[in-house]
Formats: sequence, C-alpha cells, structure tokens
Amino acid sequence: MGHRVGMEVSIAVSHAVQLARAEAIAAYPITPQTHIVEHLSSLVANGELDAEFITVESEHSALSACIGTSAAGARTYTATSSQGLALMFEILFIASAMRFPIVMNVANRALSGPLNIWNDHSDIMAARDIGWIQIFVENGQEAFDHTIMAFKIAENHKVLLPTIVNLDGFILSHVVEALEILDQEAVDKFLPAYHPRYRLDPKEPVTMGAFAMPEMYTEVKMAHQVALTNAYDQIVKVWEEYAKLSGRQYQPVERYKTKGAKVLLLTMGSLSEVAEIAVDELREAGVPVGLVKLRLWRPFPFADLRAAVAGAELLIVCDRALSLGGAAGPVMAEVRSAFYPVASQPQILGYAIGLGGRDVSPQTFKEVVSQAQREAQQGPSQEFYLFGVRG
Amino acid sequence: MSKPMDQYTWQEIAIGGILIEPGSAREYRVGDWRSQHPVWTKSRCIRCGVCWTVCPEAAILEEPEGYFDMNPTYCKGCGTCARECVTGCISMIPEEE
Repeated sequence: MGHRVGMEVSIAVSHAVQLARAEAIAAYPITPQTHIVEHLSSLVANGELDAEFITVESEHSALSACIGTSAAGARTYTATSSQGLALMFEILFIASAMRFPIVMNVANRALSGPLNIWNDHSDIMAARDIGWIQIFVENGQEAFDHTIMAFKIAENHKVLLPTIVNLDGFILSHVVEALEILDQEAVDKFLPAYHPRYRLDPKEPVTMGAFAMPEMYTEVKMAHQVALTNAYDQIVKVWEEYAKLSGRQYQPVERYKTKGAKVLLLTMGSLSEVAEIAVDELREAGVPVGLVKLRLWRPFPFADLRAAVAGAELLIVCDRALSLGGAAGPVMAEVRSAFYPVASQPQILGYAIGLGGRDVSPQTFKEVVSQAQREAQQGPSQEFYLFGVRG
Repeated sequence: MSKPMDQYTWQEIAIGGILIEPGSAREYRVGDWRSQHPVWTKSRCIRCGVCWTVCPEAAILEEPEGYFDMNPTYCKGCGTCARECVTGCISMIPEEE
C-alpha cells in the first residue's frame, strides 16, 4: 500500500502532488513554501512528473496562470504563503467564482508588517472569505494525505471549488517527519484522471468569466454559497474513502479526551499536537480538560462543532491571528456566532497565541487554561486575550 | 439567453457563471446607462459609415437611405462616434432630466 520514510514535510507534499499526477503547476517561490514548488520543478525537469511547470514573475500571475490551465481542463496545483497569498488576493475570488478545482497548499506565515517570516495564521485568515474550501493539517502525514484528497474533493462535479490545504510554515513545512508515502497504484485507484465539466474547447465554445449585471450577480453568489456549504458532504465522503485506503480517518472537527471535560481548548493546525500534551498533563493533575481540533474551516462545520463542545462549561478558542479593532480573533468570532442561537452553551473565551512565530509550548496551554478558568469565574475582564504580551 | 436575465433563479445559472449559449450580450441593455446621445445633422453627413465602424457597442444602425442613427437599447452615449465623425455632423445631446 505504501512505504514509511523520514522526509521533510514540504518534500512529502510535493510527492503528494506528483502522485496525484498534477498536469499544470504555476508558482512563485516564497518562504516558507519554497521547498514544495522547488522540488516539484525538479520532478518536472527530471521527467519524473509529466506536467507543465510555468514559472511566473509574481503570485498574482501564478494564480492567474492556474486559472488558465484549469479552464483548459488540466489538473492544476500551486502553493504559496503570507505575502504571496496577499498578492494573489483579487485572483483568489475569481478562481472560486469561476469554480475551478485548483489545489493550493499555503505554508502559513505571518503577514507583514513588521516583516516576519515565521508561523501564524494571519495570511489565511485575511483570505477567509475567498470562497475556497479551506482545510488545516496537524502534522506531515496529514499534509501529505490532505493534498492528495484535496484534488478528489475539488474535482468532484458536485463540488468544483478550489481547495486550500493549510500547513504551518516552518513548524511543519521545514521539519523532517516519519510518514507513509502511498504507492502510485493506490493513488491512481483513489484519484482517477480529472474530467472537467466545462473547458475551453474550440469545438464546444463557451464564455468563461463573463460579467454579471445587477440582475444576475446575487444569483451567481447564491449558487457559490450553496455549492461551498454542500461541499461538506463530499468532503466527508472523500475522507471516509481515503480512510479505507490508508487507515487514517479524518473528521471536520476532531476530539481529544473531550469525554467528561468541563474545559475545552479549541485549536487548529500543528498546535493541536502541542495542546494534546498539555491536556494529558492536566488530566493527570486532575483538571477535567479536553481538546477540540478544527480541521475544516470552510465550509464551517457548525453541527460537528456544537456536538463536540456539548456538555463543556468553558470553551477556550485559540486564535493565531488578530482582527485588529474587532471584538475577537477570526476563529473566536466564528465560534461565538456558531453558538449564539444555541440555548445551552459554554462560556467562550478567546485567546490569541503564537503570533509571528512566538513559541507555544504545553506550558503555554496550561497557563492559558488556568488564566481562562480564573477569568471565567470572575467574569471576563477583556473582549479577548492577547496571551503572553509583555507590558 | 432563452429568457430575460431577471427571470433566472440561482439554480438555473450554469456553474461558475459560464455562458453556454451565444448572443447573451443582447440582454445587456446598456442604453440605460446613457447620459447623452448622438444626433446626426443629415445635411452635413456624407454617409461614409465611420461612426458605424467605430461604435464599441455596434449600437449604430444604417437606415435605408444610407444615413445612420443610434440604437437606444444599446447606445451608452460614449461619444466615440461624434469624436471620430469626418465632417463633424454628430452632436452629443444630454438626456432630458
């Protein structure tokens, strides 16, 4: 079925793209994503991957070229990070509105300024409303698995939406991990060739990217909203099918020691593994704490989250980005909205941690839990907490 | 399009807003945007057809005797015809309030 290797996660992701038999790749290097597309360019140059590798002068052009190759009917891939994602901004919305199943890895990194190349989620949270499917991974194996699965989800004719697989910059992208690489035969069986619903073809001409008058724009947006919301069912189905292949089952919202937990932490991405250590240690010390991991960010899994949190008294939402001048971080704001119509809900506190590469250890989570419990008891003193800030 | 734009439901729109049928631009009644329109002074018109050629919306129609007039459904009032007219016989007249 597969073989175990020790491999840098970026290289594993590029092998996932190779195994998925991507046909067109357009990308621009940016730290900490560079190793992914650098290795892909080698694979193409060495004849190990039969794809068109388009070198471009910017990320704006990279995603524009991806729209072109996807419109022509090619299985299309790109990757970026931080400022690169920001430079793609206007094209991000066009790719999803035109319903092109492009797959992109984002090696999450802080947005400037001040200039900072280290990991947080400010890049992807600024692109929250782009209408793409957005998934977060916790380790190298998940980065590999979800990159392959993303093609199958995106290209499903009931979905046809571009998909981002987020992996934490450096913490995942530059770390060597032990992971299982699937065999080509198994991936081919799981992921057949892409058959576009429409493509640019002189024999059957269509107009793509036409403008929509005020009479039509609202209806096109509604169709997009429904498609993204309904993508949930296909995402879960693809993850189930992959579980049969790999033995690894993924859920939109995952639970760790939530049974009997009065206090729940909510995390995304690689910090979930760190939080698990904190939960283990706190449980040993008799603190009834558990962990909820949010894997699927768009479409937002409302029902799964409500079910996972049911019974808890305090939910601590850990954000890795800020919404400056707003009520809370983006994840906190979303989670609080999800619980607003629910009669029985926990007290919800938002903690922003790990910004711009600030280290988050199990001890950090223990301190967050202890402070949040105090705040919850006394009544919150702040709208949200920027944890660990000096002064 | 098989029916006017404002009668399509969201379920009826092709995926990604793709246009499958030709001729959909006929539904874009951009004449509604016009704040001025061209008026030809026939005594000075030499019927050369430059206005017809340069109109970006193909909204100028040739009349039976070879003179020209605008199609009010699609003329946006851009004034390209008036600017390019060889004899200066086209004036742009503001729409009445």
